[in-house]
Amino acid sequence: QKVSVEVLEHLEHLALVDFRDAEGVERLQKAIQFADQLHEVNTDGVEPMDSVLEDRWCLYLREDDVTEGNCTRELLENAREKVEEYFVAPPGNIPLPKLEERETFLQGS
Amino acid sequence: LAPWVPVVGLEIHAQISSNSKLFSGSQVQFAAPPNSLVSFFDASLPGTLPVLNRRCVEAAVMTGLALNCSINKKSLFDRKHYFYADLPAGYQITQQRVPIAVNGSLSYSLYIDNKMSQMVTKTVRIKQIQLEQDSGKSLHDDTRSQTLVDLNRAGVGLMEVVMEPDMCCGEEAAAAVRELQLILQTLGSSQAVMAEGQLRVDANVSVHHPGEPYGVRTEVKNINSIRFLAKAIDYEIQRQIEELENGGTILNETRAFDSKLGCTVPMRDKEGKQDYRFMPEPNLPPLILYDAKSLPANMNHQQVINIDWIHERLPDLPSVKRKKLVEQYGILPEHSFTLLNEDGLAEFFESVVKQTQMKPKKVIGWILKDLLSYLKQHSLTVKESPVSSFLLADLLNLLEKKEISSTAAKQVLAELWKGEGKTPLEIVKEQKLELLQDQKELEQICEAVIDGHENEVILMVLG
Repeated sequence: QKVSVEVLEHLEHLALVDFRDAEGVERLQKAIQFADQLHEVNTDGVEPMDSVLEDRWCLYLREDDVTEGNCTRELLENAREKVEEYFVAPPGNIPLPKLEERETFLQGS
Repeated sequence: LAPWVPVVGLEIHAQISSNSKLFSGSQVQFAAPPNSLVSFFDASLPGTLPVLNRRCVEAAVMTGLALNCSINKKSLFDRKHYFYADLPAGYQITQQRVPIAVNGSLSYSLYIDNKMSQMVTKTVRIKQIQLEQDSGKSLHDDTRSQTLVDLNRAGVGLMEVVMEPDMCCGEEAAAAVRELQLILQTLGSSQAVMAEGQLRVDANVSVHHPGEPYGVRTEVKNINSIRFLAKAIDYEIQRQIEELENGGTILNETRAFDSKLGCTVPMRDKEGKQDYRFMPEPNLPPLILYDAKSLPANMNHQQVINIDWIHERLPDLPSVKRKKLVEQYGILPEHSFTLLNEDGLAEFFESVVKQTQMKPKKVIGWILKDLLSYLKQHSLTVKESPVSSFLLADLLNLLEKKEISSTAAKQVLAELWKGEGKTPLEIVKEQKLELLQDQKELEQICEAVIDGHENEVILMVLG
């Protein structure tokens, strides 16, 4: 079962990935097929599992104390651009160019 | 023309009042140097993990109980994915599958008419309350075509309260939000100050004809005060009605309220229906809450949240406080609403009542008509009042003992308002406002007046 161009485009848009070429799309299809094997198991009436530890996996509750922060300089060291102590980003989300405008393998499909 | 039925639902985000954030130990504070209250986890640096803040859970449980919700003893965390510069992880941790509280209700009251004479009580259903992270703040610099990002707010705990579309207009929505605000402030789970972004409200609005299915709804955002909330909703209802009556259609879109123009406009950057690709948060197991019956025997105290323990310690909610005021002091329900609506006014009223012999039913008039109107005129809070409860009680005692008239009392209050440190008795003496009790003295004054106005007296006697 093949993945449609619409779904591929939708996925590229949502995850900002580029399936780039036939090999990329083929790999995606194989990954979906692999995951689909899960459907062979009958899970009627079975609650989804959160962890193999089951209820031994306890959620740790932290006390409401201030223990972190105040590391502006360190955080900004990773920023390519900064203005005073702000991170700089483009003005809005840059939309993925439409299919027709991109040099993508998907166009031919 | 067939009547239109407007339908209004609300999504409210209340910032949790806590020292540190929902999943990290950085501080929660309004107005701090940019990116100074940010931990490695908040900045989404690789290798960091969320650790749940106990205080935030307690705040959500308190709020759920106060809103008559069922508290889910097992709730789950999920990731909601979307791209935006102020969301460094590319997803928000929220509770989409099973939130912490569901199926509650909120009762609120509003005046039946503009004359503010009678109040009616309504109820709105609470669909759910969920814990989630706040995002950072984006500052748009259009001149340089860039966005400046401050992550101080990223990761702060939020309670999202979802109200079912049981409201019909801006006034109802405003009253419901005001009551929620008072409840949150009473609980202390959120300071709920809209101006500081601690309470954000989005409205879902649609219209339809009675008996027909609900119309397409729009979402209205960017509402910064309760007053604007009512305006935005009423504008949007009108806009939709006009659009439909002119043969147009309503788009399922997100609109922003422009407070300057008093209208809603479509929001740019909202491309159609979002696909958030929800998935369970793999780094957090279910949140388990206990009650008196299910309390585990040998678990560390600090790791256990007991719903019943929290329930027992809930403070009196506004509705209960109002009832008590009405019962204890014999004032009207409308009065109790005004008392609770102004921060500190109820306490001021009770303090005056304690210090004066005047009956509470009379004192309330002085509080709500005289004191409150002065405060409003000068844009002062009760705490900033130049007239203390002590001074007002002192003045009312003079009135009660019939040492001054009601008119004189108002004059004294005007003088007290100047805050020059004089006592009511001093002002009465200064301005000679004492009521004359001496019969003889009164007769002398009357005769002097009659003597001084012979012509008028003749005219009066002649009829």
